[in-house]
Amino acid sequence: MRYNVFSLIKNSFSGHKNWEPAWRDPVPQKEYDIIIVGGGGHGLATAYYLAKEHGLKNIAVLEKGWLGSGNIGRNTTIIRSNYMLPGNNPFYEWSMKLWENLEQDFNFNAMVSQRGVLNLCHTDAQRDAFARRGNAMRIDGVDAELLDREAVREMYPFFDYENARFPIKGGLLQKRGGTVRHDGVAWGYARGADSRGVDIIQHCEVKGIKVENGKVVGVDTNRGLIKCKKLGLATAGNSSETAKMVGMRLPMESHVLQAFVSEGLKPYIDGVVTFGAGHFYVSQSDKGGLVFGGDIDGYNSYARRGNLPMVEHVIEAGVAMIPSLSRVRVLRSWGGIMDMSMDGSPIIDKTHIEGLYLNAGWCYGGFKATPASGWCFAYTIAKDEPHKLNAAYRLDRFKTGHMLDEKGQGATPNLH
Amino acid sequence: MLIPCPHCGTRPVEEFTFLGDAAPTRPTTNDPSTMEAWYEYVYLRNNPRGAIEEYAHHSGGCRSWLVVSRNTETHEVFGAVPARDFTRAKGAKA
Repeated sequence: MRYNVFSLIKNSFSGHKNWEPAWRDPVPQKEYDIIIVGGGGHGLATAYYLAKEHGLKNIAVLEKGWLGSGNIGRNTTIIRSNYMLPGNNPFYEWSMKLWENLEQDFNFNAMVSQRGVLNLCHTDAQRDAFARRGNAMRIDGVDAELLDREAVREMYPFFDYENARFPIKGGLLQKRGGTVRHDGVAWGYARGADSRGVDIIQHCEVKGIKVENGKVVGVDTNRGLIKCKKLGLATAGNSSETAKMVGMRLPMESHVLQAFVSEGLKPYIDGVVTFGAGHFYVSQSDKGGLVFGGDIDGYNSYARRGNLPMVEHVIEAGVAMIPSLSRVRVLRSWGGIMDMSMDGSPIIDKTHIEGLYLNAGWCYGGFKATPASGWCFAYTIAKDEPHKLNAAYRLDRFKTGHMLDEKGQGATPNLH
Repeated sequence: MLIPCPHCGTRPVEEFTFLGDAAPTRPTTNDPSTMEAWYEYVYLRNNPRGAIEEYAHHSGGCRSWLVVSRNTETHEVFGAVPARDFTRAKGAKA
């Protein structure tokens, strides 16, 4: 059933008791043409675009927990396409374009809000770097505006502009950036995929991958063997563990990233703002809570919870940027496991095993990439070759020296 | 997490800087035939879910390099030894 004003009116007469479930809870079949491992944002988006863009049937998404229980429900909901490198920017801009039409496309209210993403700069050198990045964005057709201090002050008069150590010198604004209701993205893609015949199988954990003569033939799960012709892995923080099932070692580490939400406040910050001197990014949810985050904790972790020193560090950075935050109370904090690649960029590629495809290494920028990641991964699986938008996200780039290192920092698993 | 530094006693995690998994072994030559080993050393990680031995620098304390044994799934810390002792023990095993 399509969601629209007529279905809403119709169901209101029966007290909203007759809405159909948004997706089925199917029993796994013995065999599928394509199986996607991981029922998070990227996995569900992949299944959706496989069915919608490529007209493929007989697809399953296997999720070990419940739908959207991973990072799609744990992030700070920011979307932007303010990258610099040629291999990155067209991909993220395609993601932004998909975001802009997403709700009409999958007929679900994901509350896409293009409220603007502002990156603050605090030194002359940082302003120069922002000017360069803004120009690189414009070359790729992305909107970017370099603001001076007074323009930033007009938008956000309550920031600490005279901070002795980190005065705000200006900022780089992408007006088309913003936030999206993250759970809505998972639900919308799940509903869209399910209505096109995709089986979304929750509480189905993949325990092993069956390979015969260099070709994928199926997966062992806690609900038995399920055969398949093609297998796409979209397991985010658990990517190394799933890759081990076929003896692959990946160029990534898993780290914990924390996020936070404050008590509800009256409208206060109407866009997304990032602090350039530390690592702090904040927006305000429609319920009024400030949603914010910072850096990864800095040690390998699969724990989905962090430690207190990073909580303190993030809040210090926030108060340095917005002194009035010192009187706001934090309501909750949580953690998610990031697949931190060695150059800060993702992998969407084939593997050396026929029929096995990999989608991983999103560091902590995976949410904004969800539509394009699913779109490109679906293309790669359907056509058995990468699309030109994800051609740079090769698995072998670490060996051949074609890294996508936005910061130019070298091999380290703490980039994004 | 609390890390039992062999020199300073039990100290909080924010005093330490983690370098990561201590399992990769640095090749001892830059001969072109060892490029595969270099690639593995620089980029590939076991990234275990569970027990790990990792390099940690006690940057906010005695500034010595340690190897901490820890569980990545539970954050349980089993112990810490000077990195030198760890490497020597590894060499003796090999």
